[in-house]
Amino acid sequence: MYKEEPARAAAPRLPAWTAGLIPLLVLGALLLLFSAVNPLGMFSQDLPPIEALTIERIKVLDNGFEVSVLNSGPDPVTIAQVMVDDAYWQFSAQPGQRLARLARATVFIPYQWIYAEPHNIILVTDTGLTFAGEVAVAAPTPTPGLREFAGYGLMGVYVGVIPVAVGLMWYPAMRRMGRKWLEALLALTLGLLVFLLIDTFLEVLETGAAVPAAFQAVPLAVFAALLTWLAIAALSARRRAGAEPARGLYLAGLIALSIGLHNFGEGLAVGAALALGEVALGTFLVVGFILHNLTEGVGIAAPLVKDAGQETEEGRSGPPLAVFAGLALLAGFPAVLGAWIGGFAFSPLLGVIFLGIGLGAIWQVIVEVAALLRRSASREGGALSWTNLGGFLLGLAIMYLTALLVKF
Amino acid sequence: MEPEPDSGKKSLTRRDVLKLGLAAGAAAAAAAGRPLHNRVTAAQLVPPAHSGHGDFSGTVGDVDLSRFDPTEFLTAFDWGQESAGPDGRTLREWEVVAVDREIEIAPGVFFPAWTYNGQVPGPTFRCVEGDRLRFRFFNRSSHPHTIHFHGFHPPSMDGVEPLVQPGEEFIYEFTARPFGVHPYHCHVMSLKKHIHKGLYGTLIIDPPGGRPPARELVMVMNAFDPNFDGENEVYAVNTVAFHYMKHPVQVRAGELVRVYLVNITEFDLVNSFHLHAGMFRLYRTGTSLDFFEWTDTVTMGQGERAVLEFILEEPGRYMFHAHQSEFAELGWTGFFEALA
Repeated sequence: MYKEEPARAAAPRLPAWTAGLIPLLVLGALLLLFSAVNPLGMFSQDLPPIEALTIERIKVLDNGFEVSVLNSGPDPVTIAQVMVDDAYWQFSAQPGQRLARLARATVFIPYQWIYAEPHNIILVTDTGLTFAGEVAVAAPTPTPGLREFAGYGLMGVYVGVIPVAVGLMWYPAMRRMGRKWLEALLALTLGLLVFLLIDTFLEVLETGAAVPAAFQAVPLAVFAALLTWLAIAALSARRRAGAEPARGLYLAGLIALSIGLHNFGEGLAVGAALALGEVALGTFLVVGFILHNLTEGVGIAAPLVKDAGQETEEGRSGPPLAVFAGLALLAGFPAVLGAWIGGFAFSPLLGVIFLGIGLGAIWQVIVEVAALLRRSASREGGALSWTNLGGFLLGLAIMYLTALLVKF
Repeated sequence: MEPEPDSGKKSLTRRDVLKLGLAAGAAAAAAAGRPLHNRVTAAQLVPPAHSGHGDFSGTVGDVDLSRFDPTEFLTAFDWGQESAGPDGRTLREWEVVAVDREIEIAPGVFFPAWTYNGQVPGPTFRCVEGDRLRFRFFNRSSHPHTIHFHGFHPPSMDGVEPLVQPGEEFIYEFTARPFGVHPYHCHVMSLKKHIHKGLYGTLIIDPPGGRPPARELVMVMNAFDPNFDGENEVYAVNTVAFHYMKHPVQVRAGELVRVYLVNITEFDLVNSFHLHAGMFRLYRTGTSLDFFEWTDTVTMGQGERAVLEFILEEPGRYMFHAHQSEFAELGWTGFFEALA
């Protein structure tokens, strides 16, 4: 009894972090015990392992295919054989044929593929399960050379920068509009943003479906959205607390940023489509995106007009040209980035995260534009006027109808 | 009508030798009979990845041959325990055990099979017409099984009923007739499952006077559906995809070769056997000693079988494969190698 006393007295002298280790040690001991006793054994009945392979990307090379594979299942998987178009074929796998959980391998298949025809690649595991990937239209996958870089960049410029810039050119005309029509324009911007919100969310679901389940793509996108929304909301709150010299410009910048994130997703789609050899769709797609994104320029310009309305009373004209150029780049340039990434190194997981960021940004912009509309409209009795409602619906309708050109 | 195979053969010989030096496998056969410069062009067109015999077989690696060697299976004829029966006939007895076993159907690809005596195809039983046959069948598998033989026997020995439950046994006894090559297989429902899982084999009944001496080989055209989607992923003769590509069947040039061929392929309506650079005499079902036709391709439904006789006249590799190109490229392709 008494002999225990010194030990007890010594215990408090242990540093705090060792106390923190105790639960971890207990956990470790329990896990060891669990794996030693294996109480799950009574459930497993010696069933075959659950195998899941995700084919992330198939590169078409001059002399064959290069398949990037991820083991997305709970158990290790061995790629035993490879079929191309229902024929066993030679292959080599780096770093090896056996993939641990969430490990990747690159499978090279020497193959004389046929230009513009589809090819079906099947990986056969050691238990005889098969995992298929498709080359929809065989054509050499672009390698990032200077010419390809410029080409994809140009597509991004056409899809993103040009339409936004052209849309912004309505600014002088918008400045001559009456207050009532300006509010309708803000409502139209809202309609546009709501469309983009839904569209981006659907893209998250679609892109997320290509991501292995283990990575939980959709929750990840939602977290990215939440984080972005809260960050921008905090930023806006700090601005409101301070002086408010150019609220319209700030809002225009936010709209441009969020639209930019959305256009990044569109750039990804265009880049990936071109890389997959869906070139025939290219012209149609580009024209469609120009019409689709034209409205975005109008949306970005709308809060600036409200600013200018106040500023002209003070005898000042609109913002300088450099601001417009900056806004056009902010909203449009991400499409260029997207086209590059989509064309050369598309990763569905990264895509989903970017789309999630766009989702959060668009949401916060909707909140702010709606607040602006409500504040300015309250002076003349209600934001829900028929003209505003009309503007909102028109925004939705324009986006919907022009989207018909780019969905396939 | 037997054509005269010797006419014009000598002129082909020199071309054969030339072409073998120029190009591999099918490319060589395609080039046969064309002017020399054309053949050189054809050889150059063969992309690097496809050239050479070793690279031609689609699968990578080799199976563990210590577990099951299709080359040994070709000539493994099981005559059973032979004794004199009470009525003066020869009595032959076998023990057959149904066991579940994982088999390797392509390098590194494993299939949870149901087997007779631990192998797929099951043993090739051999006897002479009129012999008394007795198969003592033990079921050590996890499912009920039977052995259903093709040919004459009493209905009670037909292997449809009774089902032999796990742990039980049954004795199939009948007189061997008619002579020919006959498949045997499990006949428990679902039939598709019980056959394609591997419960099949060959019973060869020799005619009373025997057949002319020959290099005899048994080939069972089979296929496997390892992902259980109702379609085969692996095709072969004698189970292992491309085995006879990697290990050509060795025969002597000029000797008579006799193939006992059985089609047991599940899911697909037909399978076939095609011989390159030669022709065979076809004895359908092997039940007649007069040959049916002189051909290089025979197509069979499931359960059909034949005896093929041919002579590979010149030394060299002779490809043989299913003339369903899909099956050929999914494993059912091999070589005879005729040695001088």
